[in-house]
Amino acid sequence: MATRPIADGIWTDEQPPRLIGGRDRATGRIVFPMPNGGEAERFDPVPLLREGTIWSWTVQRFPPKPPPYAGPEPFEPFALAYVELPGEVIVESRLTGFDFDGLACGLPVRLTIIPFVETADGTMLTTYAFEPAA
Amino acid sequence: MSAVYIVGVGIHPFGRTEGRTGQDQALHAIRAALADCGLDWPDIQVAYGGSHAAGNADAMVSRLGLTGLQFINVKNGCATGGSALLGVAAAIRAGEYDLGMAVGFDKHPRGAFNDLPSEWGLPDWVGETGMMLTTQFFATKIQRYMHEHGISAATLGRAAEKAYANGALADHAWRREPIDLDAILNSQMVSDPLTKFMFCSPAEGAAALILASEARARQIGGPMIKLDAAVMRTRPPGSFEVFAPCIDVVRGGTATEVAAKAAYETAGIGPADIDVAQVQDAEAGGEIMHMAENGFCKDGEQEQWLAEGRTRIGGKLPINTDGGCLACGEPIGASGLRQVYENVVQLRRAAGARQVPGDPKVGYTHVYGAPGVSAVTILSR
Repeated sequence: MATRPIADGIWTDEQPPRLIGGRDRATGRIVFPMPNGGEAERFDPVPLLREGTIWSWTVQRFPPKPPPYAGPEPFEPFALAYVELPGEVIVESRLTGFDFDGLACGLPVRLTIIPFVETADGTMLTTYAFEPAA
Repeated sequence: MSAVYIVGVGIHPFGRTEGRTGQDQALHAIRAALADCGLDWPDIQVAYGGSHAAGNADAMVSRLGLTGLQFINVKNGCATGGSALLGVAAAIRAGEYDLGMAVGFDKHPRGAFNDLPSEWGLPDWVGETGMMLTTQFFATKIQRYMHEHGISAATLGRAAEKAYANGALADHAWRREPIDLDAILNSQMVSDPLTKFMFCSPAEGAAALILASEARARQIGGPMIKLDAAVMRTRPPGSFEVFAPCIDVVRGGTATEVAAKAAYETAGIGPADIDVAQVQDAEAGGEIMHMAENGFCKDGEQEQWLAEGRTRIGGKLPINTDGGCLACGEPIGASGLRQVYENVVQLRRAAGARQVPGDPKVGYTHVYGAPGVSAVTILSR
């Protein structure tokens, strides 16, 4: 099946990929995702660390309302985290490969790309997630 | 500069009222507030009001009376009611008017809010992949807080249990049945660590306040409830907000902390002087964290406070005496003024079965919402 990212510019083309953040030219502060439009003028794109730790987490146990949600049917609960990339930024991400019961702040995680939803023309859209790194 | 007093309060019951629009509910609250202080609509010289999703406040002049008054619409998220209040208060304090009205109302559909990424300056994929829910923010903020400060799930449950116990005593509350701690802790997990009964629901309701200068308030002759502070503030650097796709690694403060500090400075008092408080509790974790952000206790002390019942009616610092958002539901535009309504009733010692015992003299209200706004009031009698 053909695959493509759910949007351009979230992660790099390299293997394995890295998320693309934005570094504020004046302050060095890093944000994610890289801003676009007028706000982008203040930022330089910067590839982020692949590994970090779970800063906080929850489990999305009920189906979010569409729009904006555009995930596959039937809905499957998924874990969601803020992942601390040390010295850079804390990013919001799905988690993959965890038992919900085993989730905890501080667990080491690594970036991966996962299938998200199939489009009407049979293309699998992918998104990013963090998986156990230990 | 005149001091500002709250001379009249009115509320439309919160919850769900089929067949009655948000503006219908607001009119009910306004008329109740006018009746509370024996005034008529033509007496009102200035008004501020708003809703998040139930229309413009000023449209109600067609039903209240075309008196030609200055009526300004406010739309400021969870701070809508608080912003309406401080608009009226500023006009009276400046001496421009001596009698004004603030109203907040709303009517939301059932279920979680579904905001769109473009409305928040976010790329579409954040919403498409299911990472843009208010519930996720609440859950991850308290999850981290519990990790850092040793707060247990039982403490979250106790905050919710207190809310429903208080709501059972409040005529304007939506949830009027107590729910025991085990039922709260064992109810359906919605967004870990928060269970179904730890979340409020979007709802409906309205609250209105009549404000007056000192001279006018004395003329009206009711209980003198003084507005010592009404502030609204936005977020400082490094805060963690609803719908944030990222957080700074260098952690900062919160909009609540900024607003609380300004309110205490304006009123010339500190958190230890507060006798009764209403704080934002869209979920049980919010009340826990906002206790510390508003200065009532240190981070982590909530565990002991809740175990000892210090925030119950009759405790050292009663919090959310009408059950807060958990028992009243969350009509975004109305919640802030509901809190002020509740404190006015408490300071008048007219709260009936939920009356804070003793002689409460100072009341504190706090709302917080997206994208990092907070409004605080301090009242005294």
